[in-house]
Amino acid sequence: MYNMIGAGLIVIGAGIGLGQIGGKAMEGIARQPEATNKIQTAMIIIAALLEGLAFGALFLGK
Amino acid sequence: MKKASTYFSKLLTAAIFLIAANTYANPTSDDGGQVDTMEEVSEYIQHHIKDSHDFHLFSYSNDAGERKHVGFPLPVILWSSNGLVTFMSSEFHHDDDGEVIVEKNGSSFVKAHSKIYELNSGEAGVSFDETHHVTNGAKVLDLSITKSVVGVLLVGLLMLLAFSSLARQYKNSKVPTGFGRVLEPLVIYVRDEISRPNIGDKHYRKFTGYLLTVFFFIWILNLMGLTPLGFNVTGQLAVTACLAIFTLVIYTFSGNKEYWMHILWMPGVPIFVKPILAVIELAGALIIKPFSLLVRLFANISAGHIVVMSLIAIMFTLKETLGVAGATALSFILSFFITLIEVLVAFLQAYIFTMLSALFIGMAVAEHDHEHDHDAKGHEIVDAEDVRENFI
Repeated sequence: MYNMIGAGLIVIGAGIGLGQIGGKAMEGIARQPEATNKIQTAMIIIAALLEGLAFGALFLGK
Repeated sequence: MKKASTYFSKLLTAAIFLIAANTYANPTSDDGGQVDTMEEVSEYIQHHIKDSHDFHLFSYSNDAGERKHVGFPLPVILWSSNGLVTFMSSEFHHDDDGEVIVEKNGSSFVKAHSKIYELNSGEAGVSFDETHHVTNGAKVLDLSITKSVVGVLLVGLLMLLAFSSLARQYKNSKVPTGFGRVLEPLVIYVRDEISRPNIGDKHYRKFTGYLLTVFFFIWILNLMGLTPLGFNVTGQLAVTACLAIFTLVIYTFSGNKEYWMHILWMPGVPIFVKPILAVIELAGALIIKPFSLLVRLFANISAGHIVVMSLIAIMFTLKETLGVAGATALSFILSFFITLIEVLVAFLQAYIFTMLSALFIGMAVAEHDHEHDHDAKGHEIVDAEDVRENFI
């Protein structure tokens, strides 16, 4: 029961974080389309770090 | 020749689809009575996620109500109290509840919950406590060629063949032919987009070999996990942990003086912060980085497999509510598109693992362009060149 609530909280947090990363990257690309590749790479790395954190928490809570 | 190969590929596709249809279409239980579909589905998924001692393709019940399994056995290699013991996994007869006892070299073995136990001497059967742990046997050192090991060996062989033939082609011409034309851009992509920008022009050649190996290893295994053969190799903690340890060893042992100085005695911060930072940095470098690498890959691939199989199971779980046709259609549409996303995830996870490995190695071997001056308190004195660079 509690670990399910915890999993929900983790997903909410990770969702907000991913939204921020994706949204800001999108803004950045819209402003400077010539920097698309660099922004995308950085975006994927940061998203991966966040994902590692979220999965780690889910994994420990299981 | 060309005709034969197209014929073969068509046959292969048909076989894969047939196996897929058979693998998932197992709604009846052993006794033929009413089954708890939800429980059966979750058991099936749990079984798939775990490693197994035999290569099981599909099973069905024949007209007499007998359960038939199709697949092939794999060798079991154990280091028991009486020394090395080997036999084929078929001797367990697909038993996973500790009912079949195999006697070899004077010890008896049972398989329960995908683990092999050696029974204590004099015991005639296995007994479990209330949490389903074996009480009258001990775990043995299991060096068996399990399904995952078969997967790893298969990929190793595949990569050896593909890349050695690619390498051989460069002796005669500068342009590869055949399948090499698919591999060359990928190799160049890993070198120019992952290895070089993250490690730096000076050191990247030394590490590109490792990064290429890891990239193709993970990618091919991820894709193999999407075929109905039922591999879940990159979803095994042991496999991802091993890959993460490789990266850990490489960046720890190739770290230069600067790297260790920034971990153990961070320059440019007040002296009482330095020990605190050293603890944090050490934990980050030795535990958190490899842990995040291994958990990310494991969790992504396992989660992907669970999602795909759960969506396929909609066929059975929603059969009563939506009717057979409705449930099948819904399950097909959902699992089809999720599988497409999984193909993307298979690449993305291989890319991210390689990318982060390259990043960590790059951090360890990075060299300062020039030394910064430090004032008496250890603060960096930023020179005019740096300030100008930051503004441009």
